[in-house]
Order: sequence, then structure tokens, then C-alpha cells
Amino acid sequence: MTLPPFQVVLDEHGPAVLRLLRRLVGSTDAEDDWQETFIAALRAYPRLRPDSDVRAWLLTIAHRKAIDRFRARGRQPMPRDDLADPVVTSSDSYGDPHGDADLWAWVRTLPDKQRLAVGYRYGADMAYDDIAVRLDCTPAAARRSVFEGLRTLRRQLEPEEART
Amino acid sequence: MTTTVTEQLADALAARADAEGLVDVAYRTMDSPAGTLLLAATDAGVVKVGFESDDDALGELAARISPRVLQRPARLDETVRQLEEYFAGRRREFELPLDLRLAHGFRRHVLDELRDVGYGTTVSYSELAQAAGNPRAVRAVGSACATNPIPIVIPCHRVLRSDGSLGGYGGGLHVKRALLDLEQHPAA
Repeated sequence: MTLPPFQVVLDEHGPAVLRLLRRLVGSTDAEDDWQETFIAALRAYPRLRPDSDVRAWLLTIAHRKAIDRFRARGRQPMPRDDLADPVVTSSDSYGDPHGDADLWAWVRTLPDKQRLAVGYRYGADMAYDDIAVRLDCTPAAARRSVFEGLRTLRRQLEPEEART
Repeated sequence: MTTTVTEQLADALAARADAEGLVDVAYRTMDSPAGTLLLAATDAGVVKVGFESDDDALGELAARISPRVLQRPARLDETVRQLEEYFAGRRREFELPLDLRLAHGFRRHVLDELRDVGYGTTVSYSELAQAAGNPRAVRAVGSACATNPIPIVIPCHRVLRSDGSLGGYGGGLHVKRALLDLEQHPAA
């Protein structure tokens, strides 16, 4: 059993990695982190065991790149330029109130652990066991982080929905 | 919601990977009168020209050279240019660095001899066996030609049976015939 050409890995998993990063760090920084992720992956690729779960491996690297970015941002509030007050936007538009883009903008305002947990669960469609490995916690704690993240989102969104 | 990785993003990644020395095998494809060709190069030079029939060429490169195989057309611009000139009848010899690491032992020896068989001329399998220093190894010469990793550039299409019939060809006999015709009438 041998490793497939890296181009195959890139074609197969590139979109999923980009999707995850958009949801974790926002679309402005996602492309930079995507390139960092695949450069790091390419560097390590020849040493990867051929029977590895390549997608999980890539998502782990992407996750680390996202964490690096959060750390670099430090205590600064998340940049809000891509939030554009989603509530106003949705109440002004006819269709698709709180569409995908709006929702993920809100997700990015969550505390780190909740944001990552929600991103993994609904952005990368990961099982709680896998999320737990990535967040270095128990599956129950991963489930709780997702739940808390969703509860926070609901609190932020529902009063506005009730008004419209 | 679908997310596509734009061509621009993929190109930027390949350019940076190349600049950082992380592309062990660069490749691209090109359309040609011999069908779609796969071209691949290492730092040492052109390592593979693959015909369409060679459908797992990339997998083989990954297994035999390095899995760091990436689409990086810029590394093969000169190869494409010379092949286009050849197919247009405007080039008789290739001036490209070659990496022959995919051929070993006697087969490698045969390919070295084959590089001296000039444009528009042909040689028989047994003549080539003789030139490679083993007149009885006619079959081995046949398999050296059949497994030639860099066809067209290393002209295994110029090897015929002693009776003048075509023998075999990895890209198909119609391609072998077309290449021989081209070299007889390069202006056409």
C-alpha cells in the first residue's frame, strides 16, 4: 500500500478544508490558512502512514492553523468587518432570513471552544468522538460545547425573529 | 452550500510549494497529435512522458519516486514548447535534461543507445541489442522499449522488427506509424 499522489489528496479534500477554515476563521483569512495547511501537509506527507485517515489528518492541521490565528489575534475582539450586522441584513431582505452566511458570522462570535465545536459538528460534519479528539476533551464535553454554542446562537437570534 | 477551491488558489499553492522545494514530481498534461500526454519532471529533468493508455502513471510516480506529486505546469513549459515544435516538424532533436531513474540495468543501457538513433532513421530490435552489447538479448530490448518512461523524447518509435514491420508501441501502433511518417515528411 502506497500513498496516492499529493495532487489527488488536494483535489479530494481541498474544498472540505477550505469550508472548515471559512467557518472557523472567516472567509477573509481562510485562504491564507488553507495554503498554510496544505504547505504543512505537503511537507509532512511522505512520512504519513498509507493507511491513515487523510481527511482527519488534514482537518487536524487546519484546526491547528486556526488556533494559531486565534492566538495571534490574542485578546483582541474578533474582527467584525465580515459580520455586517446580520440581524439588520436579514430583516431588510425578503427571502432567506438568517441564511448560511449570516449564521456562520454569528458562530464566529462564540467563545473559542464553542466556535470550534460547532464548526466541526456542522461545518465539517464530524462525529462527537472525533471532535473530542481535536478539542482534547471527552465526547460528552464536545457534545456540551456544541449544545452551549447552539444555545447562545439561539438566544442571539430568536428575539429578533420574534420581532419580524 | 458548495465550496470550490479556485484555480487561482491551487496555482498559488503549487507555486509556493515549488519555491520551497516541496514538489518532488511536477506534472501537467498537453494535447498533442499523439493524444493527451502526461509530462512529469523532477529536479533532475523530464522523468515521464505518458500516453493516455498509461492511466495510473501518476500513482506509479508517487510510488516509485515520491508522493509529493503536484500539478505545476510552469516546470514543464520548455518540454511542451519542444514537443510542439517536434509535432509541427520543426524540431529534430530534443534538448532537455532527462531523469532516467525509472529505467535500470540493461534497460537503461538500451535507452542510452536509443538516444543516438537519429531523426527519420530506424533501427531493428536486434541491431539495438547488438549496440547495447548483448546481441542475443532481442527480447530484453523489446521490453526496454515497451517500458521506456520517456517515449517520443527517447525515440523508441524508431525501433522496428528486422523484417521492417512495426513491432509494438506503448502509445498504440497508429501513433508509432504517425511519428515515423512525420519524421519522413516533417514539412507536411
